[in-house]
Amino acid sequence: MDKFDLVIIGGGPAGLSAARIALEAGLSVTLIDRSISLGGQLIKQTHKFFGSKAQYAKTRGIDIANILINDLDEYKDRLHILKEATVVALYKDYVITVYQFNKYFKIQAKSIIVATGASEKVLAFENNDLPGIYGAGAVQTLMNLYGVLPGKEVVMVGSGNIGLIVSYQMIQAGVKVKALLEASDHIGGYLVHASKLVRLGVPILTRTTVKKAYGKNKLEKIQTVELDEQWNYIEGTETEISCDALCISVGLTPLHQLLSMAEIDMIYVNELGGLIPKLKKNYETSMPRVFACGDVTGIEEASSAMVEGKLAGLLASKSLGFIHPEFELLEKNLVEQLNNLRQGPCGVKIRLGLEKAEVNSHD
Amino acid sequence: MRIEKHPILSFEKKPEIHFTFNGKQLIGYLGDTIASALHDNGIMHYSNSILEERPRGFYCAIGNCGSCSMTVNGVSNVKTCMTELVEGMEVVSDTDEVTIHG
Repeated sequence: MDKFDLVIIGGGPAGLSAARIALEAGLSVTLIDRSISLGGQLIKQTHKFFGSKAQYAKTRGIDIANILINDLDEYKDRLHILKEATVVALYKDYVITVYQFNKYFKIQAKSIIVATGASEKVLAFENNDLPGIYGAGAVQTLMNLYGVLPGKEVVMVGSGNIGLIVSYQMIQAGVKVKALLEASDHIGGYLVHASKLVRLGVPILTRTTVKKAYGKNKLEKIQTVELDEQWNYIEGTETEISCDALCISVGLTPLHQLLSMAEIDMIYVNELGGLIPKLKKNYETSMPRVFACGDVTGIEEASSAMVEGKLAGLLASKSLGFIHPEFELLEKNLVEQLNNLRQGPCGVKIRLGLEKAEVNSHD
Repeated sequence: MRIEKHPILSFEKKPEIHFTFNGKQLIGYLGDTIASALHDNGIMHYSNSILEERPRGFYCAIGNCGSCSMTVNGVSNVKTCMTELVEGMEVVSDTDEVTIHG
């Protein structure tokens, strides 16, 4: 069995950022990703990022992915990348099972950074499994990566930033967005995104959700219903909308499965999307030398995943005896960046959630 | 259905890739996954709920949900959204019979 110093699971914004810092600190890194290309979900994000310059604000996600990937080039002697490789198991003895090209194999790591990201949630309604009902991220992948349209006439469910941005991107690709449904009484994402849709004539229906989907072998129409203040259906408000695709954008949930499998201490934190690992301030889980960063530690934005990845890479390297040449400066700067990203009313839930998952020690 | 005009991205016509889906000859393009090529060909029925015998499409397109699994070149349970389309591939949508491989 091959043995490696540091294995990073997941090559998205968090994993790539952690890899760069660990390489700078002098470690040898094995980066494993299940996709054809590195970059995680950045590779389909055509919109420009917010935040500050340190997190590539005003740069499109697709370009950020390339920057992060190219940033690893100068360290290729110490970097081992496995692509189209899915980590299917993580064991307590630091053994990792990888599935790649129809074969399973095992490797062992001295230390591990888990940066597996998140998956899209589903919504319960009648016939929600009909072909033509997709996660919003799936539609973004289909359009922006492969140039394939999800359908001609689409309804979006959920007005968080992903729902708003993907609706806009569908219009850019030539799809008619017939309506955007939001179960709560207000738009969830940034109003700058929502107003773009309103200007383009997309009706945003608050206190409204999808009750039922119709279609024989694929989606033909949906039935919407209004909700009262207790989120119950208001009988008699049912309306039908014909569409050949429905996008579900009702949030993300951390991909915790590998951490749970290794029986790492977990906690369910609603504010952060689901089950996440309890973490020390240095991003170490209850399994010594196993760290976690990015959306797997709670749903946030890609900007914070990048900063968290750098910080986890920095602190993981230190605990392995590899002190980054600019350790103190970097640590202070990265902590400040994270605090800035999480400040203000938009960060309330995140700050509250992170407090629940933070521990001083794992005794 | 392919995107023709896009304000940010450019989608040039790429070389054709020929493959079969349930025995039928189809065309995809270089860089496609099996799932994206099928969707472009108007195919949305990817698998079946074994319990309910209901058709399923893909849901996530990034390897999480598994509802796009098919038999590819005789190997069952292949996630078609994560597998690059290759010339001559034989794709079969019936994955109810599970074989163990690896």
